[in-house]
Amino acid sequence: MSRFRFLFAMAWREGRAARTRLLVLAAGIAAGVAALVAVNALAKNVRDSVAAQSQALLGADLRFASVRPFPDSAARVVDSILALPGAAGARVVTFGAMALAPRTGGVRPVTVTAVEGGFPLYGTPATVPAGLWPGVALGRRGALVDSALLGGLELSVGDTLAIGGLRVAIIGAVVRYPGDVSLASGFSPRVVIPAALLAEVDLLGFGSRAEYETFVRLADPTEAAPAAERLRPALRELRVRVRSAAEQEEDTADAFERLGRFLGLVALVALLLGGLGTASAVRVLIAQKLDTVATLRCLGAGTGLVFAIYLLQAGLLGALGGLAGGLIGIGLQLAVPRLVAAFVPVDLIVTPGWAALAAGVVAGVWVAVAFALLPLLAVRRVSPLAALRRDVEPDRARRRDPHRAVAFVGLALSVAGVAWWQAGEWRIGLGYAGAVGAALLGLWLVAAGLVRLVRRRPLALPYPWRQGLANLQRPGNQTVAVVMALGFGAFLLATLILVQHNLLRRFTVGEGARANVVLFDIQPDQLDDIRRILRETATPEVGAPVPIVPMRLRAIKGVAVRDLPDTLQTGEERGGWALRREYRSTWRDTLVATEQLLAGRWPPRPRERPDGAPVRVAVEQEIAQELDVDVGGRITWDVQGVLVETEVAAIREVDWGRFEPNFFVVFEGGALERAPHTWVALADVASPADRGRLQRRLVERHPNVAVIDVTQVVERIQAILDRVVFAVRFLAFFSLATGIVVLAGAVAASRMARIRETALLRTLGATRAQLLRVATAEYLALGGLAALAGGGLALVAGWLLADRVFRTPYGVPPAPLLALAAGVVGLTVLGGVLQAAAIARRRPREVLAGE
Amino acid sequence: MIEANGVTRTYLSGGRPLIVLEDITLAIRPGEFVAIVGPSGSGKTTLLGLLAGLDLPTAGTIRVDGEDLRSLDEDGRARLRRERIGFVFQSFQLIPTLTALENVEVPLELRGESPDGRARELLARVGLGARLDHYPAQLSGGEQQRVALARAFSTRPRYLFADEPTGSLDTATGREIERLLEELNGEAGTTLVLVTHEAALAARAPRTIRLSGGRLVEDTGA
Ligand SMILES: Nc1ncnc2c1ncn2[C@@H]1O[C@H](COP(=O)(O)OP(=O)(O)OP(=O)(O)O)[C@@H](O)[C@H]1O
Ligand SMILES: [Mg+2]
Repeated sequence: MSRFRFLFAMAWREGRAARTRLLVLAAGIAAGVAALVAVNALAKNVRDSVAAQSQALLGADLRFASVRPFPDSAARVVDSILALPGAAGARVVTFGAMALAPRTGGVRPVTVTAVEGGFPLYGTPATVPAGLWPGVALGRRGALVDSALLGGLELSVGDTLAIGGLRVAIIGAVVRYPGDVSLASGFSPRVVIPAALLAEVDLLGFGSRAEYETFVRLADPTEAAPAAERLRPALRELRVRVRSAAEQEEDTADAFERLGRFLGLVALVALLLGGLGTASAVRVLIAQKLDTVATLRCLGAGTGLVFAIYLLQAGLLGALGGLAGGLIGIGLQLAVPRLVAAFVPVDLIVTPGWAALAAGVVAGVWVAVAFALLPLLAVRRVSPLAALRRDVEPDRARRRDPHRAVAFVGLALSVAGVAWWQAGEWRIGLGYAGAVGAALLGLWLVAAGLVRLVRRRPLALPYPWRQGLANLQRPGNQTVAVVMALGFGAFLLATLILVQHNLLRRFTVGEGARANVVLFDIQPDQLDDIRRILRETATPEVGAPVPIVPMRLRAIKGVAVRDLPDTLQTGEERGGWALRREYRSTWRDTLVATEQLLAGRWPPRPRERPDGAPVRVAVEQEIAQELDVDVGGRITWDVQGVLVETEVAAIREVDWGRFEPNFFVVFEGGALERAPHTWVALADVASPADRGRLQRRLVERHPNVAVIDVTQVVERIQAILDRVVFAVRFLAFFSLATGIVVLAGAVAASRMARIRETALLRTLGATRAQLLRVATAEYLALGGLAALAGGGLALVAGWLLADRVFRTPYGVPPAPLLALAAGVVGLTVLGGVLQAAAIARRRPREVLAGE
Repeated sequence: MIEANGVTRTYLSGGRPLIVLEDITLAIRPGEFVAIVGPSGSGKTTLLGLLAGLDLPTAGTIRVDGEDLRSLDEDGRARLRRERIGFVFQSFQLIPTLTALENVEVPLELRGESPDGRARELLARVGLGARLDHYPAQLSGGEQQRVALARAFSTRPRYLFADEPTGSLDTATGREIERLLEELNGEAGTTLVLVTHEAALAARAPRTIRLSGGRLVEDTGA
């Protein structure tokens, strides 16, 4: 027992003198732990909230849905469920439409939901003013709208809204519609009306996209999931989807689980950087402790004991950092719900995660011990002889110490293990550990290379620069570690900037005379009138109107879709999505600018199709792969109930990045003209005011036509992307913060040497200004190296991501990257020069006398 | 009893072996007071380190109380030092992060003994009863060496080794340290082996061992 007491006492006393330095280290660990704890606690809160509100999430125990009114056979199945004792149901129809505000003249695409009494079957959506929901559901004449619509159209309660043929007063705002994420609703705000008003709208013609749902509450909610399983196969044939509250909960929880795990992995980076800083600082600390270690050994302390003293110190430090980080993380998590509420489809219940706090402490101890182990092994090699004589023979066994290999492998394995635990999947965990390792290795190579380069400083530089650059080589200065830690933060932030930039570029409207207004769902008999309106308003059309024919797959190479195996011959999994989705195809005998021919011919030859021969189609290459067809392959389509036999005549590559109507499948002309179809037209409208005027005119005459302002859509996408990026950037900042802490630790570790050197320089006649210039040069170089190393690596990572993951052309935005670099350099200089200024204030005599 | 038998120590210097000690044979009996003298570089510190088990000879054997040091591993030798050997260094080698009192307590703690009043008592003996909580940096050289003496005697070691204990002190302070050394030695019956350049100190030792160029050239008590 007294052994342990002594161990603790020694660890404590030994750390006493280096308290500031150790606290800085603990702060580095705390930053990483805080990020990790905040993310994990938040993820747990979301999970718990979703589980607690799963029925409200769906608004029912069971939901049946289809894009068309249920066929009779499906309606019978649903009715049989509703006939169960104690069951209740409600029907809902949802569709997109253009809403017009007659008073202000504003037009806006909206999502109209017509609800029957009783919906939702669980919970009551909150409204402003309160208590309106049952009123709407019971058939009171009025509309409840998303508050985003009120703002967007500058409307208030009491104003009239025109949707199709319906004129209805707005009676209030709906705060949370079951299952809605408020962030997405900005896209097409929801308007809730009683089902009785549906007939007045009169927009549900051919080609309009709608969803027909029936919600069911069962006497025994636990029967919902088995019922869904049982009914699913038969209903799938009828193109009716069914899902239970449990499945909904699972899907929602899964989505947030993935998001939480992803953010956790980002946060883990900060923790690993804290570990890197610890390792580097411990190495320097131990180098300064060699005398003490040798003396302890002379006095008869065993290697194990000495090692244990310092390892315990690291562990205590980690526990302290972990505790502080855990508390900060919990504080963050309490503050965060307001930030994330817009993402989450339930009301977030926040409970302080004490388990998360404990996990934080464990994480802190782990990172401190795992990373300190390697440099700490040095104390085992200290010979007691060193107490007698300074320069004991250099230990040649150093590289061959088997313990080093063990510690290294242990470190790598434990990092992979922690990543695995955080990712929830070993593949991702290993991949992550590998990626972080590769990034660190890359940074190390760049950092070490740059430092080496600086060593060969040209002599022509003025003195402060020569001295400042020379300072980077100062033994125990941890230059490479600091560059790595700062560089990693810069690397993460720069990669984010690049990803954001390149993702957004996909959505930007193309240069030149590209369209910025798209008109969807034009019925054939409306086309002439709409083109006339465009001419009258002097609106240039972009390209000719494009016909769209909705269709589904029936068979591939003669095999019915439902009999096709889920795996391809290549062994790859085939997405059921490609088989079951609705294809919106077109016909034309040309290739457009966004297409490239990969195989076959388009237009097909011979131009005349022999009677009875299959219709020839050009298929997009990735879909062709999914469907496992090549030139010459036969595909049977179900076009509104009519089977059309086709043969693949060409494979195309499509650039989806351009905002133009593009298609998976293009038919040859003359085959689909008689099939039911709609048209899409594109136009280029100069000013926002003109766009509003055009929208209004079109909506008045053709209320079913969706007039989409592309610039608005792009802004929305940008807004959503911004919110997501914000969360990641927030965490990435923790990495940068850790880097700064590592810098502070390194500065503190070399403090004694700096104080002595500064005193010496002052004795030799250096002025304070000169000393500060030297410090500025040193930290400019240090921050510059970090920005260079991190930014360089980010350029590579960004290119890899753009090329391999997002498949977009790569572009580099210079302004934000330069701003980031300036920020990193600025922070570095600020931190270092402040310290140097404090040292330079001391009187030289004071310092040298105290030697 | 410490016995050295044909002890040779060579170092690799610039890739070539350098013979620092050659074929040293001697025995130190319990209670003896031995001074090791010789010119700089003659191998005195090396010999002291070998006798105290801080290092192993390249050839030959060293036995402490009959136990061959080579048969012990690093930690075994550490245990031996902890139990039976005390040290005083020319450069004091106090642990800078510990107070005077804590420095004296360390060897006792290492033995798992409770320091009780012994450490205080020893510090009082060397005249530092009022400086218990001072750190080494706050003490003068002579005071630091007195703390080191107290530390060396705290476990009542059977053997005490000192490498030029007065080498970095002025004459008066040096005398004071010598007096304390002898006093403590006389009380506890410790075997005292010290390396010194100072003729006066060497003269007080009943037995003198003289080294030159790594060889034993004179031993007054063999
Ligand atoms: N680790 C080593 N590697 C190489 N040579 C060494 C090493 N340690 C000691 N020597 C050499 O061994 C010789 C004896 O050294 P030692 O310190 O024992 O002499 P000393 O008699 O104590 O000298 P001084 O009176 O100056 O302290 C010296 O020439 C020294 O350079
Ligand atoms: Mg010597």
